[in-house]
Amino acid sequence: MAYGCTLRGEHYTFGDLKTLMAKASPARSGDELAGLSASSDAQRIAARYALADLPLSTFLHETLIPYEADDVTRLIMDTYDGQAFSPVASLTVGGFRDWLLSDEATSETLSSIAAGITPEMAAAVSKIMRNQDLMTVSRKIRVITKFRNTIGLEGCLATRLQPNHPTDDLKGIAASTLDGLLRGMGDAVIGINPATDSVSNGLALLEMLDHARQRYDIPTQTCVLTHVTNTIEIMNRGGAVDLVFQSIAGTQKANEGFGVSLGILKEAYEAALALNRGTLGNNVMYFETGQGAALSAEAHHGVDQQTVEARAYAVARAYNPLLVNTVVGFIGPEYLYDGKQIIRAALEDHFCAKLLGVPMGCDACYTNHAEADQDDMDNLMVLLGAAGITFLIGVPGADDIMLNYQSLSFHDLLSLRKLLNLKPAPEFAGWLERMGLYDARHDRVLDIPPGQTLLGQMVR
Amino acid sequence: MTDDRIASTPSRIPDPWQDLRQLTRARIGLGRTGNALKTDDVLDFQASHAQARDAVHTPLNIEALTGSLGNEPYYCVQSRAPDRSTYLRRPDLGRRLDPEAAATLPKGDWNVVFVAADGLSSFATQQSALPLFRTMQAWLSDWTVAPLVIATQARVALGDEIAVTLGARMVVMMIGERPGLSVADSMGVYLTYAPYVGCPDSSRNCLSNIHPHGMTVPAAAVKLSWLMREATHLKLTGVGLKDAAPETAALENSKTLLEKDNDQ
Repeated sequence: MAYGCTLRGEHYTFGDLKTLMAKASPARSGDELAGLSASSDAQRIAARYALADLPLSTFLHETLIPYEADDVTRLIMDTYDGQAFSPVASLTVGGFRDWLLSDEATSETLSSIAAGITPEMAAAVSKIMRNQDLMTVSRKIRVITKFRNTIGLEGCLATRLQPNHPTDDLKGIAASTLDGLLRGMGDAVIGINPATDSVSNGLALLEMLDHARQRYDIPTQTCVLTHVTNTIEIMNRGGAVDLVFQSIAGTQKANEGFGVSLGILKEAYEAALALNRGTLGNNVMYFETGQGAALSAEAHHGVDQQTVEARAYAVARAYNPLLVNTVVGFIGPEYLYDGKQIIRAALEDHFCAKLLGVPMGCDACYTNHAEADQDDMDNLMVLLGAAGITFLIGVPGADDIMLNYQSLSFHDLLSLRKLLNLKPAPEFAGWLERMGLYDARHDRVLDIPPGQTLLGQMVR
Repeated sequence: MTDDRIASTPSRIPDPWQDLRQLTRARIGLGRTGNALKTDDVLDFQASHAQARDAVHTPLNIEALTGSLGNEPYYCVQSRAPDRSTYLRRPDLGRRLDPEAAATLPKGDWNVVFVAADGLSSFATQQSALPLFRTMQAWLSDWTVAPLVIATQARVALGDEIAVTLGARMVVMMIGERPGLSVADSMGVYLTYAPYVGCPDSSRNCLSNIHPHGMTVPAAAVKLSWLMREATHLKLTGVGLKDAAPETAALENSKTLLEKDNDQ
């Protein structure tokens, strides 16, 4: 079915729903690379008018990627909850935006409709929302998850401590972990991207992390971000797996490119649940996503990159994850060219995920061939903090020496907590205080040299 | 003079992080002023980032390269990406020869063509491409080696079309790798047997991390010549060649290409 709009005397037509979505999308290099983006600014706005007039229920009758061809589409349609959708069922996409921003859409209401919102609905409404709209609505949504601590509470900002090392040197990783813990990082997870993606290496890294966690009784979870099939094998061998990690995308073919299927994810999810290692809750999955992944695998089916990304959150929510984050600027300038595009994409990803009920964090990051720098990351972290982001990633000095890109430093995250008056997860804050690292009265992480703390013994 | 400067002058109190820094190049134990990084650390980070960005954006100095070639013949070509900004947004254009440039390459019959390509770090190519080419020329005296091709706004796959146009049965693409904060001058070498336009990355072999503090040019030359002779023998490169490789130290840094390396 074709869609059209007359804007200031000129008529624009859009051949089908995915074309309308792509043309309405804010400009970004990935859609230009795919040949999907609007050919003029006026055409883009005409597409937004047409999209705004579309009944939200259109997405229940018309799929962007056929049901028969794609298991993510089948997952979305088969798990959609009509009852949850009913409060907004009569709205257009434009009406939905107005409703989301209204006082009627409280935290409770927004939680109650999550299961009735499809990724395509979330993507559609995001395309007619400004950055401040994305932030305002995200901020109202609370998604709370638990394993050994509580993630996502109002007024809290959790952090992933990312202590990567180019050769997975255990002492090198321990030194970076110590640095992060002394700076109050690691309540979301202490998570290593391994340089070598193997079962034996994963086992060794997990054992080291788990030993440190137990020795200091840290109320957090650890993770080696190896392929899910490796993690399954590590669990089979009795490894200390708190969280199962996997990169996921929004189409079956893109997930196949990652070497995963919904069946493998389910198998890993059930195996991790059976370990029963969580003390406060049993959210055992950790996913990473990012716009452009499907296009780079030539698996986007002609759908714009932001909409395909939102579909990945339907995959994520099927497994009740503890954590999900978009690795927003990692993919490079052919997908997100500069700071403006990276910032917009991060706010979209956070909004769409939260609207679907997914505990969304972000790796606020960029590569050296993108038009971005640390000032852009400063802007992004403050915007995400204001929008109520679940967690952010911290790397020593913002410089990941294994993956060769820049994220946020521990210092940046301390500054952000101070700026926006955000606290670590409560159990983790309590631990920091017991370790003499945290002044709870002033919500301040103290500046203690490693030799003057018990943690200093960690690197041995 | 500020307190900061006093604090940063050498003092008798040992820095507790000094020993830990032996364990990793990560920027650990950076001091705090309030919550923020100290001035020296902020500027050090910015200097590293500036160097990485300059490596991406500084054009390859073709005159300097051709000057070093003396009287030897060479060809200069460019991709269909007219400038750096387009190159960064459109990797597809960087993989195809500009038609006018293609017309300057005469059809011949060569065992191999070497391409010195800017890629994402002209610094790397400027520094390491010619020394590697010279070494290989000397070692491949029984091969017909095409004149060096210097390529700008180039991705790895541009070498395929260059080889096809020149009539070369193998291509060695010497190309600047995406710079990191610590290393901005790292060169990668991609070997492809019987290349063609649209050739998949899985049919290439790659030597990466070639720079003065990583794999040296002589070490890379040893590995490359092994790969080239085996490729001739097996009539292939890529996964098949990697699988055939013995577990020798000679190949410890070689790898076949993964999907995520596509940004080259």
